[in-house]
Amino acid sequence: MTEERDVHFTAYERSLAKKRAVVFAVFLATIGVVLFSLSRGAIDISFKDVLTALFGAGDRRNVAVVWDIRLPRAFAALVVGATLAACGATMQCVLRNALASASTLGVSQGAAFGAALGIVVFGGGVVTSGASAVAMEIDNPYVVTFCAFVFGSTSAIVILLLSRFKQEMGPDSLILAGVALSSLFTGGFSLLQFFADETQLGAVVFWTFGNLGGADWSENAIMGVVFAATMIFLIANSWKYNALSHGVATAQGLGINANFTVLLSMTICSLAAAVCVSFVGIIGFVGLVAPHIMRKFVGDDYRFLTPASTIAGACLLIAADTFGRIIIAPVILPVGAVTSFLGAPVFLALLIKGKRRYD
Amino acid sequence: MIEIKDLSFAYHSKTKRILDRLTCDLEEGFFVAILGQNGAGKSTLLKCLNKTLRPNGGAAFIDGKCVERTPRRELARKMATVSQRNETPRVMVFDSVLLGRTPHVVWNATTADKLLVEKILCELGVASLSTRYLDELSGGELQKATIARALAQEPKYLLLDEPTSSLDIKNQHEILKLIQDICRRKNISVVAVLHDLNLARRYCNRFLFLKESRLRSYGGLETFTPATIKDVYGIDVEIVQGRGSSWIVPLL
Repeated sequence: MTEERDVHFTAYERSLAKKRAVVFAVFLATIGVVLFSLSRGAIDISFKDVLTALFGAGDRRNVAVVWDIRLPRAFAALVVGATLAACGATMQCVLRNALASASTLGVSQGAAFGAALGIVVFGGGVVTSGASAVAMEIDNPYVVTFCAFVFGSTSAIVILLLSRFKQEMGPDSLILAGVALSSLFTGGFSLLQFFADETQLGAVVFWTFGNLGGADWSENAIMGVVFAATMIFLIANSWKYNALSHGVATAQGLGINANFTVLLSMTICSLAAAVCVSFVGIIGFVGLVAPHIMRKFVGDDYRFLTPASTIAGACLLIAADTFGRIIIAPVILPVGAVTSFLGAPVFLALLIKGKRRYD
Repeated sequence: MIEIKDLSFAYHSKTKRILDRLTCDLEEGFFVAILGQNGAGKSTLLKCLNKTLRPNGGAAFIDGKCVERTPRRELARKMATVSQRNETPRVMVFDSVLLGRTPHVVWNATTADKLLVEKILCELGVASLSTRYLDELSGGELQKATIARALAQEPKYLLLDEPTSSLDIKNQHEILKLIQDICRRKNISVVAVLHDLNLARRYCNRFLFLKESRLRSYGGLETFTPATIKDVYGIDVEIVQGRGSSWIVPLL
């Protein structure tokens, strides 16, 4: 008996250690990608020089390139990827739906509509500069960002309002509400495009591509704070998410106010995703793919899945952005397109390889 | 003690009541079977006891405290539920059972929590399942893992909604025997919705019959008569003695 215990329970401890190792490995990989990303660009800098420059020492040109150009972009990629992935994993849990991510509740569509509104109606304005492949610069980015955030977070507000009128707001109703909102915003977005002039149309399309290059340190600070606050909330609740992944009835039997947890989590995740999307534009697939990749390694245990997805999301987005920056340099491919382009095959491969269903 | 006072439930105020003014006291230390036809309100009664559903009238009281007014977390320390349908996320059995500690845990599980889980897994004879994933278990194994999680809550009351409905004959008896043994030893009172009358007779010692949303009878084996069954289920049966036990044989 005692021996049997030892065998099985040490095996359990070992598999926990394995999951921790996975999280750590993804973390190391991310650091590697960050260093690579900081070293590549219009001028290549060696890893050693990158590290020196990070501490503000060494060649002054290198310090300027790393700190003023590449680091803000890398930081934006990390924070946005991490936030979208963490929120995606959580939404998949609380909505009991494998396809849940920031776009499921209409956050992305709302933000796109808001941005289009800002550009076309509120005169976010467009200036054309023929200097690079990035032909469009949005003249008044704050108007656009503000409008994108307002409409991106509309979904969160709608969830809260619905829950006031309808007492038992389960996962199914939330998804349906999200589908309705998405369709509403997509319709509005199409109409705005229809009435936009050529340059406005170009700016709208460019915005929806997603662009990490525009993020400066003040925007990064806002996103960083939002990310940190969201993570504290998600990690503190990982026990509840584990219970919820066993079904709402089981979670309630374990003393968890399931509907409240679902609502609060959805609201916080929608808002956090809306902040990211309104600063950098639509970045698809990271919120969906990163959690699913990590599910293959750590299962649905949110004590590991939340941190693992977060780091994997950061890693994926900075990798995609770096790929987009260097593959046909000096042209920078839009990061949103790269993530979708790289994400889809990876995702399909996972589906074909994976034997288990997520239901 | 679980006191049910004038309890009524309907999904919508104008539709038919699923439970109609039920009054009954379930004493401690018993293994109560809730019996009745499909749609008689058996599961609904269980859901009113564990605060899944809110009664439209009357109330249930656990140890003198109204269920509706008890915070879920406090309720979960007293009462564990094994629901009829269980989702199977990709989580190891040990972690899934550890979740049973949720109502007691403040920030994270302690060593004491883990030792308790180890003990329960051994008691149920499923220590070897520790590192298996829930979505890879057979029906019987999954049911044992679910019961282990409920026991990890260290409840005083255990509610089971058709615990044997999808199990083979060996597992049906194994599971009910386990529940009977452990709950007797730990002094846990059990309330189970059952469909199999013979299983109920064999393992339970109190029988609550529901008929068309109302309480038909509640009591010991003496209330479990052909007349009651005829009234509740509308079929004639004979109770046959054999092998030191008695069996219900439908006369069809």
